[in-house]
Amino acid sequence: MTNTWQDIRNANLVIVMGGNAAEAHPCGFKWVIEAKIENGAKLVVVDPRFTRTASVADYYAPIRPGTDIAFLSGVMHYLLEKDTIQHAYVRAYTNASLIVADGFSFEDGHFSGFNGETNTYDKSSWNYEFDEQGFAKTDDTWQDQRCVINLLKQHVSRYTPEMVSRITGTPQDKFLHICELIAATAAPDKAMTSLFALGWTQHSVGAQNIRAMAMVQLLLGNIGVAGGGMNALRGHSNIQGLTDIGLLSNQMPGYLSLPTDKETSYDEYMKTKLFKPLRPGQTSYYQNYGKFVVSLQKALWGDAATKENNWGYDWLPKLDIPLYDIIKAFEMMNNGEMTGYICQGFNPLQAFPDRGKIRRGLSKLKFLVTMDPLDTETSRFWQDFGPQNPAKSSDIQTEVFQLPVTCFAEESGSLVNSARWLQWHWKAAEGPGKAMSDIWIMSGIFHRLREMYRKDGGAFPDPILNMSWKYTNPIAPDPEELAKEMNGRALADLTDPVTAVVTKAGSQLDAFAQLRDDGTTASGCWIFAGSFTEKGNQMARRDATDPREQGIAPNWAWAWPANRRILYNRASADLDGKAWNPKKPVIEWNGTRWAGIDVPDYGPTVKPSDGVGPFIMNAEGLGRLFALNLMAEGPFPEHYEPFESPSENVLHPKVPNNPVARVFADDRASFGHRRDFPYVATTYRLTEHFHFWTKHALINAILQPEEFIEIGEVLAKEKGIAQGGWVKVSSKRGEVICKAYVTKRIKPMTVDGKSTHVIGVPLHWGFTGQARKGYGANTLTPSVGDANTQTPEFKAFLVNIERTAAPAT
Amino acid sequence: MSDLQSQDYVRRSATTMTPPAARSHEDQVAKLIDVSRCIGCKACQSACMEWNDLRPEIGHFEGSYENPMDLGPSVWTLMKFAEYENEQGNLEWLIRKDGCMHCEDPGCLKACPAPGAIVQYANGIVDFISDKCIGCGYCVKGCPFDIPRISKTDHKSYKCTLCSDRVSVGLEPACVKACPTGAIMFGSKTDMTNWAGERIEDLKSRGFEKAGLYDPPEVGGTHVMYVLHHADKPSLYSGLPDKPRISPVVEVWKGILKPLAVIGIAMAAVGAFFHWTTIGPNEVTDEDEAEAARVLREKEEEST
Amino acid sequence: MPLTRREFLKVTGMGLAAGSLGMLGFGASGVAQAAAVRPFKLAHATETRNTCTYCSVACGILIYSMGDRAKNALSNIIHIEGDPDHPVNRGTLCPKGSALLDIVHAPTRLKAPRYRKPGGTEFEEVSWDFALDRIARLMKEDRDKHFITQNAAGTTVNRWISTGMLAASASSSETAYLTWKVARSLGMVVFDNQARV
Repeated sequence: MTNTWQDIRNANLVIVMGGNAAEAHPCGFKWVIEAKIENGAKLVVVDPRFTRTASVADYYAPIRPGTDIAFLSGVMHYLLEKDTIQHAYVRAYTNASLIVADGFSFEDGHFSGFNGETNTYDKSSWNYEFDEQGFAKTDDTWQDQRCVINLLKQHVSRYTPEMVSRITGTPQDKFLHICELIAATAAPDKAMTSLFALGWTQHSVGAQNIRAMAMVQLLLGNIGVAGGGMNALRGHSNIQGLTDIGLLSNQMPGYLSLPTDKETSYDEYMKTKLFKPLRPGQTSYYQNYGKFVVSLQKALWGDAATKENNWGYDWLPKLDIPLYDIIKAFEMMNNGEMTGYICQGFNPLQAFPDRGKIRRGLSKLKFLVTMDPLDTETSRFWQDFGPQNPAKSSDIQTEVFQLPVTCFAEESGSLVNSARWLQWHWKAAEGPGKAMSDIWIMSGIFHRLREMYRKDGGAFPDPILNMSWKYTNPIAPDPEELAKEMNGRALADLTDPVTAVVTKAGSQLDAFAQLRDDGTTASGCWIFAGSFTEKGNQMARRDATDPREQGIAPNWAWAWPANRRILYNRASADLDGKAWNPKKPVIEWNGTRWAGIDVPDYGPTVKPSDGVGPFIMNAEGLGRLFALNLMAEGPFPEHYEPFESPSENVLHPKVPNNPVARVFADDRASFGHRRDFPYVATTYRLTEHFHFWTKHALINAILQPEEFIEIGEVLAKEKGIAQGGWVKVSSKRGEVICKAYVTKRIKPMTVDGKSTHVIGVPLHWGFTGQARKGYGANTLTPSVGDANTQTPEFKAFLVNIERTAAPAT
Repeated sequence: MSDLQSQDYVRRSATTMTPPAARSHEDQVAKLIDVSRCIGCKACQSACMEWNDLRPEIGHFEGSYENPMDLGPSVWTLMKFAEYENEQGNLEWLIRKDGCMHCEDPGCLKACPAPGAIVQYANGIVDFISDKCIGCGYCVKGCPFDIPRISKTDHKSYKCTLCSDRVSVGLEPACVKACPTGAIMFGSKTDMTNWAGERIEDLKSRGFEKAGLYDPPEVGGTHVMYVLHHADKPSLYSGLPDKPRISPVVEVWKGILKPLAVIGIAMAAVGAFFHWTTIGPNEVTDEDEAEAARVLREKEEEST
Repeated sequence: MPLTRREFLKVTGMGLAAGSLGMLGFGASGVAQAAAVRPFKLAHATETRNTCTYCSVACGILIYSMGDRAKNALSNIIHIEGDPDHPVNRGTLCPKGSALLDIVHAPTRLKAPRYRKPGGTEFEEVSWDFALDRIARLMKEDRDKHFITQNAAGTTVNRWISTGMLAASASSSETAYLTWKVARSLGMVVFDNQARV
């Protein structure tokens, strides 16, 4: 989230698209209701189904799964054509005026630089035009046809209301009514907030879905302001934290990149990181990259990381491919290329696409370790549970360890919420039986390995032996000690070059601005610097005071970065430093510095007249309507059909899908065609359950006890399916036999002139726990992911459905 | 923790009593359910089960989000879902939390023949006192909202207590506290009525011209009230009674027959009562009573 | 009031069967004072502040446990409700959060390490030492066999791709950081968490 949960109350318009906030985040959704009641806000929901969120919406429109980019590009077309954008904001705070290099083009579904043999792009033309000093050229008058804004106009010109409706199935009048509501927030004192979640990420074009709305928000001047922003609601309690700390194939803590094979030395690695400013006088904060990396290396390896050994650069693993993501991992497993797999609090048999493939992959492992408080399906993949898990145990040679782990109530520590708040929590009881903490278990494995490497040697023991592990209790380090290590400390006396204040060696640091690249500071996660200082554990703060009740609560817990609650908040003020919305200022220029209710996302004493852009992490200081080379499939979003689609791509039939999505051959062979699987399916959560956990909780099992799918009345009638009757839903990959909920909340849509039905597949059921046994939605889903992130396309695929008899019990 | 004192009772089943006069200043409480804010998440159901230690049996999916399928001895509140297509052809998903309305003039209490098995406190809460309950099921018959349910295991009647244990120590009921969107509010009846007025204004401004408060005068008003977008048609909300009324059977019993019973057939009744408490409600000899009991049995849940 | 004959008979039946015992004096004595309101169960429970384990709204919760943490009392969690001070949830909880008690005490909570042999049809309970020794041994065998020190071009790459890990996005940041340290020190790159899905 760029903003906070409570800040939603400041919105004038709330659009929920690509998510179902009421159902998946009920307690955060209260702020939407609050916005309606206290701020007169309207709520708009765009969703294939009439959801629980829609039930309290002021306006609802249906959309075919997987066509959000067409819808949002149509919105951009509307805004630009009617000229309802926030001009001053767009001109000064986005790259609308920057001039794009001549080679850039878009034709028949491909951007310039496409290589049809490798399905990759040469992105060199996706760039600005530069002057002799290396700065991007601009034309503030927008006369130059190569200005970003003009290229954007041209790009979205195809997305007329007729075309949007033809692709998305959203009736034109509904689409246009929503455009009107959205356009009204272009007024400087009006804000729209976008609430989204996996409804946008779980597509082969997931990242571009989100980008498209971010562009709409930039055109409206809704980023950085109270009640605005792009607000990813996020799934698990610490999914933000695990992302922040870099528990992803290609990441290190604080969004630093894991090195690749091409970066043969520390210096080579740093060459691609130090983004120099692309416009005069800009900040480009990533010029400090080296300070973050060296401080991380000092936290990891301590004294062993020295300037001489490039801060232990070689001890970090290097990537030969962009990602070893989950789809890749299970492809490797199925190819017999993996020996072991550790699932810590993770249940891939339920969570990953194409369940059959997951089961076959796990069966080829030599060993599987599961660490979980609960008896997961993954830990029992080898056991026969009937049609819901047909396994022949004797044929499966995998050794399986099922390790019992304590849960949230039985540990202390911090979690990062979707608003980037680090909140400390306290242990309330001991775990059951012999359950132990993840920290104890991971430490136990580490010490055993280190001991063996110390004694017996083996493959490259250096990083294991050199790993810094100076904890008071090395067997199970105290969470507070780990939190302090992430925050960082001074390794020598540090003198501030401006204030001459000395931070003594051994002291906890106050801010990442204190980090050095000379080995005199250590910080395990630079963005957390300030969370655990000499003043104590800032994450444990509990002062809920909220100035003007504007949803900031600056002294509750601690938010990264630097306790900032609203990202890009410089953009909440106009060019002179006055709030666009005088009723809800965030920060303003008071003549000497930026002041207000939030920590400035900007140099605190940088004058408005200095012309420094508000997006200080970007090299040109501007919000990007044109994404340069940072996205896999192009600088502008483009509508590509899901890999299983009921329709041609009417814009460019020869390039129907994301051209750079990675598809493994066996997965491609498992795609179904609309001839055999004529209905669009989409998977989702129900409010009564949390993924695959709460079926273990009795109350939740009572509230929603059994697997079902949802279909509209028209399709039910066509197929002779009764309310609550048994059906078989099948995809090319598998079938689910369950009951049907025949509902008025799903209606057929007209897509490219054809009636198109959507089938809803809630995803919570498996074969362990207290709810009734089910097949699980991932029995049906295809194994293909977003081209940038490889997040699986769970939200749009094809199935067939037929009535069936109740299974014998 | 002691119970509320008898001085806090204003009514007591099958008991002639005068509400204690000295304590006349207690605020009446009310729960306000604003269906226009309700997302049907069932947090209220979940919190109710957790706080009150209720765990009904795990059921099946039966073609609706409603689960369990009905109120029961262990199901004191239940979200009810109705898919309604309005005159403009737009879909409205009308979701209503069902449960005891805590009537000002409680039909259950009036019908109850067991002294003190149903009480009404000065704050308006109507509570069932299990050890006095004889399981006769008259409360079921007497309730205009079809709320109480008899346990098949212990032959006692159960329903929402408005978390009288929480309210008695100054806390709001569990469902109220949990409700993520503030669709359930709790406070004095005056405050809740005023707040409802504001909500109704907002709804009217959003095109719900018939928005209004459901506080039915037929039962003297209720301590659980609804804000409805379609207050002209309460029955749209999964059969909320348009005009709830205490069954004439109960009214007659209270108005005419109870004095008769006291005077003329007292000993017979006492005999029947003891029979009932020891053997259960199914064994009474009177033919009409058997008929009544049959109706009540149908209301009992399969399980407890 | 309209009343059919049938209804009238039913009414009479009810009257006959039950009567008004209170009016006859049965309810007059101590019976009237019997317990009514259920005792408030949290009066002396220990309150611990925590965060809901489910979604990223991260609602503040209050965990109530039996016992006052005296030496001889083993804390047992008896109730969980929302933290009214928390600026986001302000005491509310969703249907999952309201039922956290049932996940803490789920009958399918694991209580001992278990091991399944190759081809085995059942789990067997094992000691922690057995489990961790064996896991470490299997990891080392694989790492020593498949670790890639240099790629074909001779560049030092130091990666291990034949054993992978999925990290838990409901674990604390401190757990995550320690897990990162362990996984990366081994050179693991097949490494993800739920954010990928």
